[in-house]
Amino acid sequence: MAGLELLSDQGYRLDGRKASELRKVQARMSVFAQADGSAYLEQGNTKALAVVYGPHETRGSRSKSLHDRAVINCQYSMATFSTAERKRRPHGDRKSSEMSLHLKQTFEAAVLTELYPRSQIDIYVKILQADGGNYSACVNAATLALVDAGIPMRDYVCACTAGFVEDTPLADLCHAEESGGGTALALALLPRSGNIALLQMDARLHQDHLDALIEAAMTACKGVSKVLDGVVRQHLEEVSVLTRD
Amino acid sequence: MRDTPLSNCERRFLLKAVEEKKRLDGRQTYDYRNIKITFGTDYGCCIVELGRTRVLCQVSCELVPPKDSRPTEGIMFFNLELSPMASPAFEPNRQSELLVMLNRQLERCLRNSKCIDTESLCVVSGEKVWQIRVDVHVLNHDGNLMDAASIAAISALSHFRRPDVAIQGRDITVFSPEERDPIPLSIYHMPICVSFAFFLQGSYLLVDPCEREERVKDGLLVIAMNKHREICSIQSSGGIMLLKDQVLRCSKIASVKVSEITELINKALENDRKIRKEGGKFGFAESMPKERITALKRDEAPVEMTDVKETASEINILRSVSSPVLVAMGTAQVGEGIVNSWGLDEDEEDEPQTEDTKTDEVMVISDSEEEEVVILNEEAQ
Repeated sequence: MAGLELLSDQGYRLDGRKASELRKVQARMSVFAQADGSAYLEQGNTKALAVVYGPHETRGSRSKSLHDRAVINCQYSMATFSTAERKRRPHGDRKSSEMSLHLKQTFEAAVLTELYPRSQIDIYVKILQADGGNYSACVNAATLALVDAGIPMRDYVCACTAGFVEDTPLADLCHAEESGGGTALALALLPRSGNIALLQMDARLHQDHLDALIEAAMTACKGVSKVLDGVVRQHLEEVSVLTRD
Repeated sequence: MRDTPLSNCERRFLLKAVEEKKRLDGRQTYDYRNIKITFGTDYGCCIVELGRTRVLCQVSCELVPPKDSRPTEGIMFFNLELSPMASPAFEPNRQSELLVMLNRQLERCLRNSKCIDTESLCVVSGEKVWQIRVDVHVLNHDGNLMDAASIAAISALSHFRRPDVAIQGRDITVFSPEERDPIPLSIYHMPICVSFAFFLQGSYLLVDPCEREERVKDGLLVIAMNKHREICSIQSSGGIMLLKDQVLRCSKIASVKVSEITELINKALENDRKIRKEGGKFGFAESMPKERITALKRDEAPVEMTDVKETASEINILRSVSSPVLVAMGTAQVGEGIVNSWGLDEDEEDEPQTEDTKTDEVMVISDSEEEEVVILNEEAQ
């Protein structure tokens, strides 16, 4: 896109951030009373809502249940009003199916599914406003929802996007930066062990820059994990204050 | 129909082999199978054989109105189909996870990397643009469909020629291939996917997994690169835990493999171009090897011959074989036969019988009642 400078000479981006700054992350847990776990997360202007049901008995076909682990069922959808132009097909198209698949695989690796054989855990994520980093916001929201539901996990799963402009890695891309045609890398990380649960990159990047890009994304994820941890602890304090006499 | 499930011992065997860095077909960890690229009679038709995996790609074009958001760009449409002829596990019209993954990866590899100049596909801005449709059909599934599909797609796109158009005011004339030579697409670079399969919680990886190896893998990392060492797309799936160094190492391996494969594609395109120019025969029929049955043939089975000499000499020392003894002209005796232990008559036991000695007497076995039996052709006995 002509005219849009993703990184100005002074080092400021389109929304005034520096290259390695994240957007403001705000989250609330237990937003729904009926679900086992729920969370609402805002990452800049991207708003995601995650709801977790489970672990419960496998509904539908019995053949899907595994004898030694829980099955994680994931559905990703975007609200029709989430994008600048009204989305005609919120779920069922290939992109959403792929996102659902990736979310499922990410959480299958992170959740201790061996503790719940022959059960099913449902994760539903909905994007209410999409401004870049849809997948990351979903993962972060789903992590909080799983923590709220009390399902044991190996570690927080934190996700963030990173881009590359003029030899500088940018952390946490917004929509304009993502669709500008530059590189966009989405990374889901388990911060304590440094294991990458999911790595997804589109658009061309020279091989030599890959190291710096992954490093920037990992640092951003670790920043997000600190925020998520703070949110969980604060929520716990609030809930314990309420239940205390 | 459901695919036959993998038995536990087969799974254990495959994982054990991976641990010992051995593969089923004798390849090394980073080796690709034999890649064969052939083009059909029409422009834009390509079959890729990766070992026994076979993939067919056909590129076609059509004049359509452009998208509202991009009035000056052509449209690329990708479609991959898993035909039931490829594997009994594939059912027609079933949106399986594999299908979604392959389609999305193909789209990402070719569309987002902008390997084709879509602006050049514009005929009349805002009204008519070329829609290039890439259809990939899987003919035989023996593992690693992603790589084969990406090689087939990019080869077919490089091979494809679109009809020439002339614009006069608002009239568009599309020339048929007989009237004017069709024009090739403008391709910036060739992105090729390389798949890495991870086993045993990410401790072992294999390049180009075959179908059996794919069944026991933990997860897959697909890196799409071009020969200029630019990464076009990375996708990790299967929920494996990767470390940053593993990803970097895989990207280095991928760059080597991609340059080899790009070399292969260019050679195949060059060959095809030469044959078409010289007026030789081209197409799939020509590329099939003519198999005539002239003799009973068996493929050579590779045998490990590294320490044959030492093993043979060891065996030789254990059993010392004596040299042959000449008994008579034309007969020799090696070793001594053991005494016949079949429990025959007593007089027979005394006679020393050796296996290889020829009897000098002619044995007469006849039921004739004649007194004298004349034997003809004595020497022949």
